Amino acid sequence: MGGEKEETSSKPAFDVGAASELVGKLRGAFASGKTRSYQWRESQLKGLLKMTEEHEQEIADALHSDLAKPELESYIYEAAMLKNSCRLALKELKRWMVPEKAKTSLTTFPSSAEIVPEPLGVVLIISAWNYPYLLSLDPVVGAIAAGNALVLKPSEIAPATSSLLAKLMGEYLDTSCIRVVEGAVPETTALLEQKWDKIFYTGNGKIGRIIMAAAAKHLTPVALELGGKSPVVVDSGIDLKVSCRRIIAGKWGCNNGQACISPDYVITTREHAPKVVDALKQELEKFYGKNPLESKDLSRIVNSNHFFRLSKLLDDDKVSGKVVHGGEKDQSKLRIAPTLLLDVPRDALIMQEEIFGPLLPILTVDKIEDSFDVINSGMKPLAAYLFTNNKKLREEFVMSVSAGGLVVNDTTVHLAILSLPFGGVGESGIGAYHGKFSFDAFSHKKAVVYRGFMGDAAIRYPPYTKMKLRLLKALITGNFFAIIRAIFGLSKD
Amino acid sequence: MDQRGSESVALDEILSELRQTFRTGRTRPVAWRKAQLRAIIDLVQDNEERIFTALLEDLGKHPVESYRDEVGVVLKSAKQSLSCVEKWMAPKKGHLPLLFFPASGEVLPEPLGTVLIFSSWNFPISLALDPVIGAVAAGNTVVLKPSELAPACSSFLAETLPRYLDNRAVKVVTGGPNLGEQLLEQKWDKIFFTGSPQVGRIVMSAAARHLTPVTLELGGKCPTIVDTLSSTSEIKITVKRIAGGKWGPCSGQACIGIDYLLVEKKFCTMLVDLLMKTIRRFYGEGAKNMKNMCKIINKHQFERLQNLLKDPAVAASIVYGGSVDEERLLIEPTILLDPPLDAEIMTEEIFGPLLPIITLNNIQESIEFINARPKPLAMYVFTKDESFKQQLLQETSSGSVTFNDVMVQFICDSLPFGGVGQSGFGRYHGKYSFDAFSHEKAVMRRGFFPEIEPRYPPWNDFKLKFIRLAYNFDYLGLLLLMLGLKRN
Repeated sequence: MGGEKEETSSKPAFDVGAASELVGKLRGAFASGKTRSYQWRESQLKGLLKMTEEHEQEIADALHSDLAKPELESYIYEAAMLKNSCRLALKELKRWMVPEKAKTSLTTFPSSAEIVPEPLGVVLIISAWNYPYLLSLDPVVGAIAAGNALVLKPSEIAPATSSLLAKLMGEYLDTSCIRVVEGAVPETTALLEQKWDKIFYTGNGKIGRIIMAAAAKHLTPVALELGGKSPVVVDSGIDLKVSCRRIIAGKWGCNNGQACISPDYVITTREHAPKVVDALKQELEKFYGKNPLESKDLSRIVNSNHFFRLSKLLDDDKVSGKVVHGGEKDQSKLRIAPTLLLDVPRDALIMQEEIFGPLLPILTVDKIEDSFDVINSGMKPLAAYLFTNNKKLREEFVMSVSAGGLVVNDTTVHLAILSLPFGGVGESGIGAYHGKFSFDAFSHKKAVVYRGFMGDAAIRYPPYTKMKLRLLKALITGNFFAIIRAIFGLSKD
Repeated sequence: MDQRGSESVALDEILSELRQTFRTGRTRPVAWRKAQLRAIIDLVQDNEERIFTALLEDLGKHPVESYRDEVGVVLKSAKQSLSCVEKWMAPKKGHLPLLFFPASGEVLPEPLGTVLIFSSWNFPISLALDPVIGAVAAGNTVVLKPSELAPACSSFLAETLPRYLDNRAVKVVTGGPNLGEQLLEQKWDKIFFTGSPQVGRIVMSAAARHLTPVTLELGGKCPTIVDTLSSTSEIKITVKRIAGGKWGPCSGQACIGIDYLLVEKKFCTMLVDLLMKTIRRFYGEGAKNMKNMCKIINKHQFERLQNLLKDPAVAASIVYGGSVDEERLLIEPTILLDPPLDAEIMTEEIFGPLLPIITLNNIQESIEFINARPKPLAMYVFTKDESFKQQLLQETSSGSVTFNDVMVQFICDSLPFGGVGQSGFGRYHGKYSFDAFSHEKAVMRRGFFPEIEPRYPPWNDFKLKFIRLAYNFDYLGLLLLMLGLKRN
């Protein structure tokens, strides 16, 4: 998974044996019933909230060290969102824990039924490097709210945040039930060999496959928050200035394009493209100045691996001559300027994989409606965006474009709406979370039927007769008159 | 070699056709979905006799059992889906904070695409058609692979489905494990599997290669806890329900069938006595004289069950039954009292007409007993002790729990049907079937106005203040800030 590894000869290696022992301890803690009480869940959620509030500066510093993330981005996208997540869970937890009554029918009369949420047990959360604080703790909020014990494995590619999480969670949370394991491939592999009750992974599709295959050995359910190429369709006849600002905010304003729901590429008509490029250029300059490589309001590229990966996309022959803005790089500072490419061919490298960086290709089509076919011919993305005032186009987009989530006339903001499920489809992932969906992601919804000893229908039991068959048919269809007819032997069959 | 080659070419073509059909959008309008559901109802109603015949042939299933567990289940499910599908398809509004005004948020269900359904042999009609009902209600194209171990039902489905349903959208493929392997090599938008945990692992591993979401309806050892009851009528009803629930559905070859009983020592003798009487009344005595019970599906399973009894310590624990009819693949209802807990009969899912009874000093011990073992698909509890009920609910985990009855959770369409842990994940029945085959797409619509400047760089202190207040949904604070009246 890249990244520099330090010599840790003083610490014993976290191997399969250590992982097994850890899971054993957590299973014991879970079996004690500790994590199931409302009080425990509330206390841990409050702990997370307090931890985030009291260490905001340290968190921003770690994020700055790992990603050169601007302080405001650290605040909005990491600390504030996590705090909101905790607050919502604290506010709603009692309601989420209550069993849901279910309807019963005449067929099982008399009976009552309900659906009881229960924790899955001991869960593993593996998080990503781009929003290393939020993407580690947001799933943790769900796991705790649902009453589970858990192990969090933060990404080693954001090492400052990883060690900060290990330190703070050790101080603020119940370490008999909540643990952090730091490390890279060997530690993750050791963890993946264990039997978990759920694995929640945020990252890329390649590792997602490895995780699901490991989970399959133990029949462990998984949630995979992956990515894809999130397209932005830009129609004409719209407020171009506002649209471009929202595109920029979603692209470069989100960790410099290194976000799973960042606009990956733009599609617009051939005719409209020059206006879009001009508007983007203008707003980019307003946001980041004439020397964006120097701007403090842009994250850097996370490490040299990714820097070279992105450079290769620009060096591809197929895009030579297509750069219409930006393209500057500073390898020593791991910075790449906001770059626009116009009319890149579909088979260029930059269109083959998720960009996850500050390069924005603009594809052109004849008619704006053609853009939907372009999107649907590729893998289903995590998000898709459309800027339009045309109601018909808007509704066609909503009905025909399949993605994890869609936003019309903005980008990325749906992330903050906790009443909407956040997750992918197809290659962009399995499962969803945020708000109550997080609670559900880490719960088993147990169906419970209560029956009494009255109302026993002889027709259920052998010996089987024609009469019983008639009555059974009538009962199953719930047809009152058929039931009467059958009882009185007046049925037609 | 040749056959396999031509089989995989045929599969490629089938998938290609189904994907093309899906792309045309034909399966999405509610009219198409309702037409498929009506077709399933017609299929089952027109062919009831043929279905009874096929089930009799594959499993020796009596028509009443066939109606109750197969035909009736499918009809009920299809009718409910027919009347509810439009409601299920409707988007659900999501609540948006004032900060985002004006905007709308909703969750819109959409079909996943082309889905693969594997069904098992014990309820070969209902476990095939019930998931198909969910898949078409959700607007998908479908490949159904019924179990080859129930060949009469499998051919029935292969022959009739194309005549009733849209055969460019719903296909049946028949074959054995080879076909299963080839199907698993393809990329699907969802795989729905009913069967054993061993094969479940294979399915999920194959799905992992394509990041295909799966639902696994597996099994396990479903325990039945029988608390000591005092009322004679209640004891009689309990015994009837156990006798009917254990051997009635497919001779115990059911994923939610009772696997074993947990009973207090002091209650055991009475229970066993009454159970034996009830068994004789329902099913007759001796394998040669059995009635109202299915046969074991095939020789392999028959031998497996016989082998469970071969262990001398296990054989010594038989208190009733034990006789078999090898020719007709029948095994009489057999009760064992306290077989060794490490014998295979107590470590593997029985899936047959053998009923071990484990005696305890105190019924409370059942909780520890159950928790020491993999989570089952269902747990049944006969008791009048309300606090014991709550304790069981809180301290044990299973797909479902039913108090004072067995099997009935299966026909409650408003309850999710699925496992947890080794008994599987995902769920279906009723709306849950629709959901199992849908993607819930989040959709947010905004306008261009108003514009919130502080969203954008270059960053400064004012913008940071603004955003802090916004994230706290502190609208008054925001107002004051905007009016220049807010102090830190």
